[in-house]
Amino acid sequence: MDMPTGGAGYGDLVQDDRVHTALYKDPAIFDEEMERIFKNTWVWVAHASEVPRKNTFRKSYVGKQPVIVTRDKEEKVHVLLNRCRHRAATVCEKKAGKTSVFVCPYHGWSYNLDGKLRSVPHQAVYGEGFDKDEFPLVSLRTEEYNGMIFATFRDDIEPLEEFLGAARKWIDLFMKQGAGYPVKTLGEHQFRFPGNWKIQLENTTDAYHFPIVHKTFLDSLDAETENVFDVLGQGGWVEDLGNGHSLMVMIPDLVDLEENLDAPIPERFAELAEELRAEGHSDHEVRRIVRAVGGGGFNLNLFPNVACSMAFFRVLRPVSVDETEIRHIAIGMDGGPEAGNRMRMRLHEHFQGPMGFGSPDDAEGWERVQRGSSAGDDLWILVNRGKEPLVGHAAGSNVTDVSAETGMRAAYQQWKRMMSA
Amino acid sequence: MSTSEMTREDVAAITLDEATTFIWREAEILDRQDYKAWLPLFTPDGLYVIPIERDTGDRAGELNIAYDDAEMRAMRVKRLKSGFSISSAPSARTVRTTSRFVIEQGKDNSAIVRCAQMLVEYKFERTRVVGADVTYRLVRGPEGLRMARKEVLLLNSDDPLWGVGYLF
Ligand code: FES
Ligand SMILES: [Fe+2]
Repeated sequence: MDMPTGGAGYGDLVQDDRVHTALYKDPAIFDEEMERIFKNTWVWVAHASEVPRKNTFRKSYVGKQPVIVTRDKEEKVHVLLNRCRHRAATVCEKKAGKTSVFVCPYHGWSYNLDGKLRSVPHQAVYGEGFDKDEFPLVSLRTEEYNGMIFATFRDDIEPLEEFLGAARKWIDLFMKQGAGYPVKTLGEHQFRFPGNWKIQLENTTDAYHFPIVHKTFLDSLDAETENVFDVLGQGGWVEDLGNGHSLMVMIPDLVDLEENLDAPIPERFAELAEELRAEGHSDHEVRRIVRAVGGGGFNLNLFPNVACSMAFFRVLRPVSVDETEIRHIAIGMDGGPEAGNRMRMRLHEHFQGPMGFGSPDDAEGWERVQRGSSAGDDLWILVNRGKEPLVGHAAGSNVTDVSAETGMRAAYQQWKRMMSA
Repeated sequence: MSTSEMTREDVAAITLDEATTFIWREAEILDRQDYKAWLPLFTPDGLYVIPIERDTGDRAGELNIAYDDAEMRAMRVKRLKSGFSISSAPSARTVRTTSRFVIEQGKDNSAIVRCAQMLVEYKFERTRVVGADVTYRLVRGPEGLRMARKEVLLLNSDDPLWGVGYLF
């Protein structure tokens, strides 16, 4: 097939039940995506707890553009392009930290955390007409929902809350993992895989692969926990939430972490429950914390780059057409019992990251997709599984089987809208 | 200190030669991926830690790449050897060397050994080199030296890594 070049042509590469393999491997399409998608929508940049106090910052990206997320001395959050206005040097190469000023290491221009140019060495040589107000760090439009910070290059698109739409309810449910404490990040695993970013995007609401790819993870669990992770056998579902967002509920019992608190405490949390009781927490608190520590029962995929995935944030960053960086950010209770946070970190290490029992197998699967996509000149990627809604499902009339490819179809329809707009 | 106590400590001291012999043997076992032989090299309460954070801190209170007690190590080995993990069937091939040993005698038949490790991994026509500082706490038991702790601080521990289907 001839590769389309104009905006209208990209639409032909996405059909209702399949997408063309060119989406994984054409560098021209990747470049267009960076323009048409990552510069035209809300992109997740950080969690509020990563800039916890005034004068704190952390580096991030919007698409391919390096940014710094800051909290200024008035506690206001900013997303600033990481580029000195003089001759473009990055002003910050520390991953995260605390400072009241960014001093450019090249000629010493310095900036406040709100982006304002504070001072310029030997300014007089510029003459009278030099106005510092003309050269702040470029600031992106920034909005926050329930601790999740997003930025966009566009001043005229809908507010963040509107963009999130039906996903907001699920973000709220996800944050119940704080067990009444604010949610905070506990650290992150980072890895890269040699493959296109959309291969990862698809994976977040793909329950079909779970029992196959994660067999060795399942084998490492006790029988009770293994039952909990029988993700295809518990009446879960997948749902298109609009704007490219999607939801996959794998463990319906764990959708609302404030329900079912009277249920028996699972064996693997017995020791933790004991420790919490010994610390003086009431029975109700112990049950609430223990249930939250185990994580939620669903994955929420937010187009284009972040997911709230069971117990952590899952962030993707497109690097090139066939390279993608992933962050798995562990979360816990800010000010909550340390034993609970420690347990969450151990559970995170068990599945996630470069040496987890799950992630390396996911990454290998994704790499295989990219390698295999070199075969055949005009073949399509199928996303046709489970198109018919489930009849009489408790979650509504628009939901599909837990192993359906509804989430991928939702994302690709948004891709199509944005790429052919 | 009495003479008999001194003698007991002298007998227990772990020599550099013993330590390097042990560590080289472990390296060879790991490169052969003979993980069944690797497990008993730890004491029952031994820890295998691969941190993310660069500063030595309270590893238990932070997120690590791996933080394995005996149970996790056994499960990890089972997983890597099961044939059902696509990232380790086949696994990358590895060759590692360890060198630049520094040894500090501890009390109670133990020693801390710090060394450098260079590991080359190969898979899918791609070769990578990973450097690491490795710290061992070795203890002498009735059956010879054992690891009470092995901490592998990768040179790029806080950078994006990749799916690792073997042991450091
Ligand atoms: S490039 Fe930043 S001061 Fe010159
Ligand atoms: Fe997976």
